[in-house]
Amino acid sequence: MRLCGKMNFMAVDTKKSSLSAVKAQVANKMEVRGASKFYQTKSGNVHALDSVSLDVREGEFLCILGPSGCGKTTLLWSMAGLHDLSSGQITLGAETITRPNPQIAMIFQDANLLPWRNLQKNIELPFEIKRTKPDHARMKKLIDRVGLSGFESKFPRELSGGMQQRASIVRSLSVDPSVLLMDEPFGALDAFTRDEMNLLIQEIWMETGKTICFVTHSITEAIFLADRVAVMSARPGRIAEIYNVDIPRPRSVDIQTRPDFIERVLHVKSRIEHGGGKQAGLEIV
Amino acid sequence: MEKIPEFNKKPAATGGAGLSAMSFGTGGARTTLEVIVIALVAVFIVCGTELYLHLFKVPHYVFPKPSLIVSALFTEWPNIWPHFLITIYELLVGFAIGGSIGFVLAAVITQFPFVEKVVTPYILLLVTTPMLALVPLLILRFGFGSEPRIIAVALASGPMVMINSATGFRRVDLAKIALARSFGASTFQIFTKIRIPMAMPMIIVGLMVGSIFGLLTTVGAEMVGGAEGLGNRLTYYSALIRMPQFFAVILILAIIGISIYVFFFWFGKKWASWET
Repeated sequence: MRLCGKMNFMAVDTKKSSLSAVKAQVANKMEVRGASKFYQTKSGNVHALDSVSLDVREGEFLCILGPSGCGKTTLLWSMAGLHDLSSGQITLGAETITRPNPQIAMIFQDANLLPWRNLQKNIELPFEIKRTKPDHARMKKLIDRVGLSGFESKFPRELSGGMQQRASIVRSLSVDPSVLLMDEPFGALDAFTRDEMNLLIQEIWMETGKTICFVTHSITEAIFLADRVAVMSARPGRIAEIYNVDIPRPRSVDIQTRPDFIERVLHVKSRIEHGGGKQAGLEIV
Repeated sequence: MEKIPEFNKKPAATGGAGLSAMSFGTGGARTTLEVIVIALVAVFIVCGTELYLHLFKVPHYVFPKPSLIVSALFTEWPNIWPHFLITIYELLVGFAIGGSIGFVLAAVITQFPFVEKVVTPYILLLVTTPMLALVPLLILRFGFGSEPRIIAVALASGPMVMINSATGFRRVDLAKIALARSFGASTFQIFTKIRIPMAMPMIIVGLMVGSIFGLLTTVGAEMVGGAEGLGNRLTYYSALIRMPQFFAVILILAIIGISIYVFFFWFGKKWASWET
């Protein structure tokens, strides 16, 4: 299914995606084992994560779904090595993640571009930090692919929210990571742009064969994008359930209105409400 | 155990002395019409003053005619020039010392909230106390040369640079720092690629306010003691009731002040125009 995508995203990546297709589907890219996290506040300790265990399979699209404040972002930032756990372990292959890893790229909420740099300079930031020569050919291809060519000298404030998030995707892909961690990347976009971005990220994933771990609070978005949906419950954050989504790809936006899709959404919603008691904040788009 | 990070905290500038409301965005741009009107107002004021002083026969030791001031500026220029150089030298050296200490102090201190809380009242004391008051004391210790004036300029401009830069450095955007860290940035890289650019608008405001405070202090200190500098020329010419020359010096000081403003405004447009 994966390889029926459009043109290959990148010549270099062709090999990678066919390799991952050959490999057994069960291979784990990342493993989270017994991850717990406490935060200290004025009113006492907050138990943000409670022994979360989760496998991220090689080349899969995994969505982590849950209400606001359930610890999704904490889990994702820990997987990115941006903060430590109180207990437990996160591994990427044989490596334990305790700090940022070049194989893992993060895509943040609201694009997170640097407002004092133009689009081109924003995309070059990772290369400046790593003190390597920017791969201009690759950058140009990526910019063309997401439809941003001609906007290289524009500053973030001159770009729409969708364009900013496209630029941030290019920035993350330019360093060719194998894992993309996405933290509610399209949460601030309007519904139309959001659909557009969901399609784009699906295409990019199919073309590159990256492993994507995508945090969202929208059930529709999660089911539309994911191979598997991990549902989290709040306070303390736990993995409540994991659903397989077997809808064939590429998926078009239209499927979101199909009865069987809506049935899945309602099913997940009812399970969340049933399993975790009354939970506010779960939105239905 | 650590505190809950605020993942999406938006940076907000708080406090800061001086022209913190100033922005380097497009707001400062002027249309041709506005420029013409501004020039016309200047012409009207100069010609009006000339005419008024002429009609009412105001003696030139009370208020010299603009034409007299301009001609005095040219005839007296060779005598004023060495003093001009001394004033500029004192201002530049004092501001360079004060400004760099202020900047470094701001960058370091904001990394340690406790130290910052302890130090800030003393910096405020330095900002609010007129450093001119210290000049007689400094002259007693350092003599009538440039040193006491340079020290006074550094003391006047440094705290201004510091307090504004600190406001800039306090604008922490955890998401942007996390972004840099996710690509493997070191603490130093986070400082040069995220913190400094983020603080830049406020740093430039601090430099501008600091250098204008420095100019005030230079001239004031020269008026208090010593025999050189533009400030000294002011007391000298007014003692001799050579008012056209006196006003010519004031004109020069006004031009220096405006040049400082224009320079930093241009600097801000170039390096901080992303913030409107």
